[in-house]
Amino acid sequence: MALQEQALPLGGVAPDRTGKFRTDHLLVAEMIGRGAKVLDVGCGDGELLQLLESRGIDGRGIELSREGVNRCVAKGLAVVQGDADTDLVNYPDDAFDYVVLSQTLQATRQPKVVLENLLRIGRRAIVSFPNFGFWKMRLQLLIGGHMPRTENLPATWYDTANIHFCTIKDFVELCDAINVKMERAVALDLYGRPVPLNLPWWVWNMFGEQGVFLLSRGRVGK
Amino acid sequence: MTDVVPSLPSPAIHSEDRAQEADHPASQVVEFGMDQPLRLDCGVDLAPFQIAYQTYGQLNADRSNAILICHALTLDQHVANSHPLTGKAGWWQIMVGPGRPLDTDKYFIICSNVIGGCMGSTGPASTNPATGKVWGLDFPVVTIPDMVRAQTMLLDRLGVETLFCVIGGSMGGMQVLQWTAAYPERVFSALPVACSTRHSAQNIAFHELGRQAVMADPDWRGGRYFDQRTHPHRGLGVARMAGHITYLSDAALHRKFGRRMQDRELPTFSFDADFQVESYLRYQGSSFVERFDANSYLYLTRAMDYFDIAADHGGVLAKAFAGIKTRFCVVSFTSDWLFPTSESRALVHALNASSARVSFAEIDTDRGHDAFLLDVPEFFDISRAFLQSAGKARGLDSVAFSSEVDTGSREESALKRKSSGGG
Repeated sequence: MALQEQALPLGGVAPDRTGKFRTDHLLVAEMIGRGAKVLDVGCGDGELLQLLESRGIDGRGIELSREGVNRCVAKGLAVVQGDADTDLVNYPDDAFDYVVLSQTLQATRQPKVVLENLLRIGRRAIVSFPNFGFWKMRLQLLIGGHMPRTENLPATWYDTANIHFCTIKDFVELCDAINVKMERAVALDLYGRPVPLNLPWWVWNMFGEQGVFLLSRGRVGK
Repeated sequence: MTDVVPSLPSPAIHSEDRAQEADHPASQVVEFGMDQPLRLDCGVDLAPFQIAYQTYGQLNADRSNAILICHALTLDQHVANSHPLTGKAGWWQIMVGPGRPLDTDKYFIICSNVIGGCMGSTGPASTNPATGKVWGLDFPVVTIPDMVRAQTMLLDRLGVETLFCVIGGSMGGMQVLQWTAAYPERVFSALPVACSTRHSAQNIAFHELGRQAVMADPDWRGGRYFDQRTHPHRGLGVARMAGHITYLSDAALHRKFGRRMQDRELPTFSFDADFQVESYLRYQGSSFVERFDANSYLYLTRAMDYFDIAADHGGVLAKAFAGIKTRFCVVSFTSDWLFPTSESRALVHALNASSARVSFAEIDTDRGHDAFLLDVPEFFDISRAFLQSAGKARGLDSVAFSSEVDTGSREESALKRKSSGGG
């Protein structure tokens, strides 16, 4: 599967100079139109939800940690305590226009089931995750001989919550396997800048520090 | 040795005062005549009847800022004013007032005594106009939906079509949920706290224990103690003691009392209240009977036992909230074993299945079920933020809403303006 063919240009994304919002959050917000109904799975402190609400988007959230939930609710956000692995089944089909899974896929017990649920609950899903195919990761394992650790993923192997790391290539293959259509794909480099589109996918897999994907359901009966 | 077991002292407030409060309360009252009966779930049309209520703050011009507080089993409408029988501060004074989460400078706050209660709304302690005697057990059995139906009639009379928010804990939370299930179009936002969509078997069991304690007291006289000028204060006191234990937690009791002795160094080798925790419970029992009617306790516990929203909707809880537009904030407390978080979570799942806009916070505290009545800042902050966010969506005076949560200035301003509260 050639990722390039499915990757469409995404206008107006630039690294956030103000530092107010994370680049991947701005990227996600760009993908969602005003008035849409969005579920943010693993919403943390509610940063993305606040950004979405400021843009007239009806955002809801699920967060695993009680502290995170309570901080969100204290910001007036509609967030419930819940686990992506077990609680998504409680949501009805087509309940949301978009379901966002930001930097959380690698922490779920069953990424495939979670991904399937995202696209059952939402007509579209936006998934971002750290790319384990990033050159720095590869170098640490190849040269350093130890499990990679970066500024964004500083935890050691024995206390990390991230139990299912994948590369951009792995993720593309999973989407293909479960008939998920990739509408847009963006790889962000170490500085949060999109990797240029005209480069082949292995460059993305090498130089993308994280991948952000807009997904929809594939054709029935494929 | 007639009194080997030191029993609860006789109440300092006498039956006459409670009887007066039941018929002619120190609250505002709306009366409904024979032409406006309250249709009860048991099939009886209750008429005439009255509802006693308190209000705080001002209703705004477009009548969009009304908040209804639903009170819990043993509480009443005296939320933020001193109690007419005991003289004690309002039970939610910490939550309701200028600058408090339920800000009386912004919201018009209503709290009414439930039907079946004993503080001025018609109940078993009221006089039955047909006989001129106290209703007692002749009073029809009421349910949580009956209480809410009566509240809708009160609001109709007050000219409040939609509520900005309905809030309540425990039995009050049950009423909140009943409001949203039965009258969703009249409720903009809802804050059910430490409650459940149905009463559990364990909770029914505790209530049965309390009722049996009341009815085992020889002074109960088959519920006709008013006529016979007695009062089952021992039975009701024991019921309260048992109930009170369920409102606390092991950790809270241990922290508060441990195994400490009450005004003594050594055990007395008797059944006197050697331990502080015994003394505390006896105090809780004896102070409760001063202000509460024993029959009312039977009726209200029964109403909670019967509560089961899903049962009224074909056994599927989500059906009760299908297509609901009301914004929810569900709150539970970690150490609440009477209405544990799992019950709130089941509610949240049903609300999610209905695609309702819902927030759900479980607050970490060791203070048990009663935490919603206590100084738990995280609960205040969450309530305040939820109301502010809902207020923005409702278009309430946006200038008055600040997203800042500043505990210090909140307390200061609350203290400064304390004198202006009351209703």
